[in-house]
Order: sequence, then structure tokens, then C-alpha cells
Amino acid sequence: MSGKHPELPVAARVRRLEERMIAAGLATDAELDEILEQVFTSASPVNGARMVARAWKDPAYHDRLLADGNAAAAELGFGAGAQGYLLKAVQNTPAVHNMIVCTLCSCYPTALLGPSPSWYKSFAYRSRAVREPRAVLAEFGLELPDSTEIRVWDANSEARYLVLPLPAEGADEMGENELASLVTRNGLIGTAVR
Amino acid sequence: MTRFAAGARVRARAADPDGHTRLPRYASGHIGEVLEVRGTWQLPDEAVRGVCRAEPVYAVRFPASGLWGSGSHSVIIDMWESYLEEAP
Repeated sequence: MSGKHPELPVAARVRRLEERMIAAGLATDAELDEILEQVFTSASPVNGARMVARAWKDPAYHDRLLADGNAAAAELGFGAGAQGYLLKAVQNTPAVHNMIVCTLCSCYPTALLGPSPSWYKSFAYRSRAVREPRAVLAEFGLELPDSTEIRVWDANSEARYLVLPLPAEGADEMGENELASLVTRNGLIGTAVR
Repeated sequence: MTRFAAGARVRARAADPDGHTRLPRYASGHIGEVLEVRGTWQLPDEAVRGVCRAEPVYAVRFPASGLWGSGSHSVIIDMWESYLEEAP
């Protein structure tokens, strides 16, 4: 790994692990660099936002996204990044708000949401999201009515979750690109309206 | 065939295992409802010892009132089959 933080203890640990994998014939430096390059150049919340915008515009895609997230990602060219896990989209409605957490570590669909924010990996978010999500959302500036049911998805297995937010006002008149620009990373995690 | 169907009431294993597990401790011993079968994946508790054993994984919904004694939200946790038992 051509790291930018060689002074960090974790960098030395990662390098040691890489050397063991290379010595065992499981990978080469070139392969590892290619994977990292692929992740950091293509992984972006713009990808997830494009899926959401398509789902808002196209009812058939909307249904396919909820039924089979991996196939829906592949349709828009994000299949390779979303390999190795089951992608499950969870839909917000006027009555139900969804949010994503991984209490055990930091599981996250990186290819579609980009590298995860540091708060997503923090002990505070991971412990409080399952215990008092309404208070956590309020701190993100998202005040939900008491009548809204909150569902918190703890991504602790081989499934990765993505929130399908409520369509923006006037979505019918907007194009897909414009709609995609309204969707944020936090919206895809469920810590923003969209 | 999977052991549990959607709608089944299940209890998460209460015992803390000796080694690795992906059963979050806050769910231990609590009762939830199976929403759906998520997939069939290697049991992490065994995989960490090099033993390959695939099991159905269920999305199980736990009411916050049961987990924490308060709260109106619910938490959905993916549970390997051997983490669960039938609940009355």
C-alpha cells in the first residue's frame, strides 16, 4: 500500500498483513494497489444518489431496487463495487424512517456511499443509534414527528443497507441528474431527509 | 427449508460464547420477530476457527421497549440461525 500516513502504527500493521498475504501467494502489491485505486476513484455517494434518483423517476426500477439491490446497482454500472455482499435498500415513507448503523464494526456499502464518515465508525454513533435514534437524528438536524416510526438497521452480517429517501418536492418536474444532486451521503445512511 | 418463517417469534441466544460472534450483546436474550430470510452465509463464530459452516441468516426485528425498556423505535438485526431459538 502506498500510504500517505506511514507514521501511523496502523500503517505498519496493515503493511505487515499485506506482506504475509504476498508471501503466501494470495495477492501481489500490484493487485492490492489496483483494488485501493478502484475503491478511492469509483466509490462515491454520487453512485447511491443516482440509484435513488432513478428509483424516484422509474417505478419499475424502484421495485427492482427494493427486490434485488445488487441487480439494481449493476444496472447502473455499479455491480463490481457492490460485489461480496447482499445489498438491501430500505424505503422511507411518510410513516417510516430508516437509518443504518453497524454496531459491531463499520459495515457499509462503500462503493455506493463512498468512504464512510468518521462519525459512522465512532462509538458514540454506533451505541446511540440503536438506543436513542430520535435524539441522534435531532443532532443531525433531522426532527421527525413523534408519529414517525423509526427503524434502525444494524448491518452485522453479509448484508449492506442503503436508505431510499422520500422523493423531493417537485420530483416529477425534475430530471434524473437534478434529482441525484439533491441526495446526500447522510440521506443514504438515514441521518438526513435525503 | 429454513427453521424459521417470516413472522416467527424468536429469542436471541442469551449465553455469551467463549470466542468470536456477530450476535450483538445488546440483543442477547431478547425476543424479536423474523422479517425475512436474508441469505445463507458462513457462521462467523466457526469461520474464525477455520470451520466452514453456512447457515440461513434472518432479519429479526426487536422492539426498543424490549431491548432497552423504553423507546418506540425498532432495531432490525441480521441473525445467524444458531443465534436463535423459538420464543413462546
